[in-house]
Amino acid sequence: MLADIMLGQYFHGNSVIHRLDPRTKIVSTILFISSIFLAENYQAYGVITVFTAMVIGLAGIPTIMILRSLKPLWFIIILTLLIHIFTTPGTVIYMLGPFTVTQEGLRQGLLMTLRLLFLIIISSLLTFTTSPVALTDGIERLLNPFKKIGFPAHELAMMMTIALRFIPTLLEETDRIMKAQMARGADFTSGNILRRARNMIPLLIPLFISAFRRADELATAMEARCYRGGDHRTRMKQLKIVGKDWAAAGILLLLIGLLILVKISVK
Amino acid sequence: MSIILSDITYVYMKKTPYEKIAIKNINIEIKQGEFVGIIGHTGSGKSTLLQHFNGLLQPTTGTVSVDGQDLNVKGAAAQTAKRRVGMVFQYPEHQLFEETVYDDIAFGPRNIDIGEEEVAVRVKKAMDFVGLDYNEFAKRTPFQLSGGQMRRVAIAGVIALEPTYLILDEPSAGLDPRGRDEIFGQIIKMHQQTGITVVLVSHNMEDVARMANRLIVMNNGQVSLDGSPTDIFSECQTQLKEAGVDVPPLTLLMDKFNQRGLAVDHTVVAMDTATESVLAALGRR
Repeated sequence: MLADIMLGQYFHGNSVIHRLDPRTKIVSTILFISSIFLAENYQAYGVITVFTAMVIGLAGIPTIMILRSLKPLWFIIILTLLIHIFTTPGTVIYMLGPFTVTQEGLRQGLLMTLRLLFLIIISSLLTFTTSPVALTDGIERLLNPFKKIGFPAHELAMMMTIALRFIPTLLEETDRIMKAQMARGADFTSGNILRRARNMIPLLIPLFISAFRRADELATAMEARCYRGGDHRTRMKQLKIVGKDWAAAGILLLLIGLLILVKISVK
Repeated sequence: MSIILSDITYVYMKKTPYEKIAIKNINIEIKQGEFVGIIGHTGSGKSTLLQHFNGLLQPTTGTVSVDGQDLNVKGAAAQTAKRRVGMVFQYPEHQLFEETVYDDIAFGPRNIDIGEEEVAVRVKKAMDFVGLDYNEFAKRTPFQLSGGQMRRVAIAGVIALEPTYLILDEPSAGLDPRGRDEIFGQIIKMHQQTGITVVLVSHNMEDVARMANRLIVMNNGQVSLDGSPTDIFSECQTQLKEAGVDVPPLTLLMDKFNQRGLAVDHTVVAMDTATESVLAALGRR
């Protein structure tokens, strides 16, 4: 049931993309996501599609996994599409009662939907190809300069590692408790929204209790292994920027250049 | 009247790279009044199999029917049939949520539209069965009880639904020997008094051997052995080893007696009959 949710899950592999330095991947993802906002026409999205497909291909992530990562968000995506289609003023091409579909709305809706889709796909590509440990290592290193002004980079990174690590565990737990309560006649799927929210109590209370219990156990386990924050900690895997990272950065810059070019030339 | 699983296969995360066949081609009939033990090592598909008994998982292929009602059909009849199967999960105390023991046990019965008076009767009865004193525990919060007590509250919550079949997944996991004996004692007592059908999953051979009158051994998602404990322990030791299940220590001991030339009955599974058998063999000599 819930185990199908794929968002934020690492997909083990050994592709070029997997082996890139996490810092490269994080910065590239941020740049790539910002560059999506440069795209304002179909041609630009064509370029982005080709690039994304290339990354997916290189990373060796099965398409079905990508589609599954979209699953929890399809509602928002459809909603965005509909809102844009029905609310943008312009040339009317279709009328349905109080709703009017305009050419501009259709275009705007499609582009916004594409934008959302790529936002999700690209960010899930990052988590698919980067193990949580590597990811937070990267974040910590990227935030390192801010430590000087008292920014808790290590603590933040550690919190993220733990959060990511416990997503699947908590999902599993939710599934288990849900089934147990369903076996006692609990109903999570019918009734109006108020009733449904109330029906969630038998699920949420045990889940919170178990989350707190896990947090407690984890804290004890960490202390038992003498964990004491970021200072003086050494790493088994040192991060190094090498040739392929520069190559990846180059390709990305090329893409951004291309997008700017498309933006200027296509009106 | 029975639960019939015919040709059940279940595949986890179908059509992803994580696809895994958890159980395949399972054919089992659980008859009313039986005490069935299901054993198998971790990952043998026990828990997956279990969740098919009351339709929590729908088989990828195959059908499950409870008292002749196919669970896969949508509708009230299938819902009622599912309710006849009570399911106690591993670490059931993790599902407690109400403010008082009473309310938590009453959660199930209240979901099935019986009057509050009937609910009260059932809660009392269920607490009685699991050996929790009503006056002492009913108004207490379940979260301050001991592990064994919490587990009994959780089991009572299922019993209060008055199922015809009671399915228990590792009910003794994480309990100390005393807590374990208490839980098992109450399950046996209930089986004897009400004739409730019990399906008990465990990887502890000894517990199952003692109580069950039928044993199902799971290995690699398939049923590798199905029969009475005495038959299985005395005749199928190689298959048991293959399935990664230990023969109970008592059977091993009796086998050793036999090898040393003391003619004891090596099919016994309970301590008292074993003692008798050893005494008889000694007396004979």
